[in-house]
Amino acid sequence: MGRYLVQRVFYMVITLFLITSLTFFLMKIIPGTPFASANKLSPAQMEIMKAKYGLDEPVPVQYAKYIGNVVTGDFGISFQFSNRPVSELIVKRMGPSAQLGFQAMFIGTIIGIFLGVIAALRQNTWVDYGATFLAVLGKAVPSFVFAGLLQYFVGVKLGLLPVLFWKGFEYTILPTIALAIFPIAITARFMRTEMIDVLSSDYITLAKAKGASYFEIAFKHALRNALIPVITVLGPLFVSLMTGSLVIEKIFAIPGIGEQFVTSITLNDYPVIMGTTILYAALFVVIILIVDILYGIIDPRIRVSGGKK
Amino acid sequence: MERKIPKELFGQAIIDSSKSEEINKPSLNFWQDAWLRVRKNKGAIVSLIIAALVIIMAFVGPVISGKEFDTQKVSHNNLPPRIQGLENISWLPFDGVKVNKAGKEFSPYEQRKVEEYYWFGTDALGRDIFTRVWKGTQISLLIALLAALIDMVIGVIYGAVSGYFGGRIDNIMQRITEILIGIPYLIVVILMILLLKPGIASIVIAMTITGWVGMSRVVRAQVLKLKEQEYVLASRTLGNSHLKIIGKHLLPNLAGVIIINTMFTIPSAIFNEAFLSFIGLGLQDPLASLGTLIDEGFKVLRLHPYQMIIPAIVISTIMITFNLLADGLRDALDPKMRD
Repeated sequence: MGRYLVQRVFYMVITLFLITSLTFFLMKIIPGTPFASANKLSPAQMEIMKAKYGLDEPVPVQYAKYIGNVVTGDFGISFQFSNRPVSELIVKRMGPSAQLGFQAMFIGTIIGIFLGVIAALRQNTWVDYGATFLAVLGKAVPSFVFAGLLQYFVGVKLGLLPVLFWKGFEYTILPTIALAIFPIAITARFMRTEMIDVLSSDYITLAKAKGASYFEIAFKHALRNALIPVITVLGPLFVSLMTGSLVIEKIFAIPGIGEQFVTSITLNDYPVIMGTTILYAALFVVIILIVDILYGIIDPRIRVSGGKK
Repeated sequence: MERKIPKELFGQAIIDSSKSEEINKPSLNFWQDAWLRVRKNKGAIVSLIIAALVIIMAFVGPVISGKEFDTQKVSHNNLPPRIQGLENISWLPFDGVKVNKAGKEFSPYEQRKVEEYYWFGTDALGRDIFTRVWKGTQISLLIALLAALIDMVIGVIYGAVSGYFGGRIDNIMQRITEILIGIPYLIVVILMILLLKPGIASIVIAMTITGWVGMSRVVRAQVLKLKEQEYVLASRTLGNSHLKIIGKHLLPNLAGVIIINTMFTIPSAIFNEAFLSFIGLGLQDPLASLGTLIDEGFKVLRLHPYQMIIPAIVISTIMITFNLLADGLRDALDPKMRD
């Protein structure tokens, strides 16, 4: 386990280093200046400004400095938002994104597990077919299509819930549902297969033979073991929430990181794009690592490679 | 009373050893067998028919509409859908009638004295949405197909070489893929498009730059298993080159996994293209893809909902049918899923 962990962290660092380097050189290639009113400045003023931000130094020196800055959490200064540091912009917007992501993940896995379990317990009945149909729909229909339709039919036509902005709990309901559809579908499908698998194992037959009640078998004996492999889908689910949040936050005008990322793409605000990219990449590799380790700890039958006795 | 069986009913059974090995069912090759299995899967067959219809419409649609996808006619802008014959059936949304802000129905066709029929309506610049939707479907499918094909070629070659030669080559190649797989896919795609500027070619390049890793891993795993088989040893003993062994002996046995993987790549490529359009990195006007159409329609969703709902239905149909079809193919082709 120790060796495996060291190896994984090593790859993590290489991956992050590569992404940071890639973003730095992209910033150098793409035309644009960090100064909002560049054409009003005289050449002499430009020189002073460049010296102030260290842009007059040779590229390798800038590169080394940039890497050093990123390590300490300094992503440079935004082009568009009146010279504010990128890290400050990102931190201010973390709250709504985190809340939305957490709500969607929570609702998504709970409903998904519930749907998967009933589908497995009522296998090959209309309950099962209905749940499977929902899962196929949720997996295939793009989240932004779903969000648009929700906004139009629930928000505009029926007028039940607010469709824009972020001013209280009722504002979070529609975006959470739109974002949770994919996790629901994936968890439900996965849970159904696992549950069916577990229900046909010997210890369930034994529990039945000993006269345990139906609910006891389903929820006390089967569910626990069927839940373990679900941890493996948490990684992909997290990635889907991350990319999903980009469009969902844009559609529902939520002041989160995703919305800022999309805005900075349309505004060519490169430092913000790069900072967010590095943040996303770091989150991504850390979550995947945590999921892998968690899986090894929770299920004693699985030992990550290199952990042989 | 005892029942007697007449003696003449008894006869000698002749066991012909030459016939006991006789094959009394037609022998099926891999593809016939797979087709039998797919055929049993109703969802896959219905999906196949619908997907085929959508693909045919993607090519026939822009031709039969009699309009160009980029012709602007501002006097005909934002017209609701109207179809000959269906316009008098009030519960269908093809009557050319719109609801204004006060909740009253009115017909822009009558108000503006428009004789033409726009089957799916027109957009803000008066372009025919029917033509644009099918043209967009064509482009979305083209991008997805190209991306899937390139992913397939690179992934198969990389995976086969890595798995077949093994040893140090495999080690180095696998370390590279391990790093690539650690990078979030859409982030790479977004960065590449920022660099290359949106267009069909740059979207395909951006999507394939790390997209092949999944395929290469599957292929490598299969090659590792297959290369230990006797027929590979026999071929090598007969003096065949590595290239011939990979191409002629290993690849045909990999066909199943390659097809399954490619079938799953196509819908995800369509989704990714639409996703890029939606965050402002899609194709430039007047070119249209399903993603850009949904994006444009979304901006006027409250006033002209049909402009988003129609392309949304088309993209959802494609996504659902391709996913179901890929599921069906996996069940039919994957030896591990055999019942």
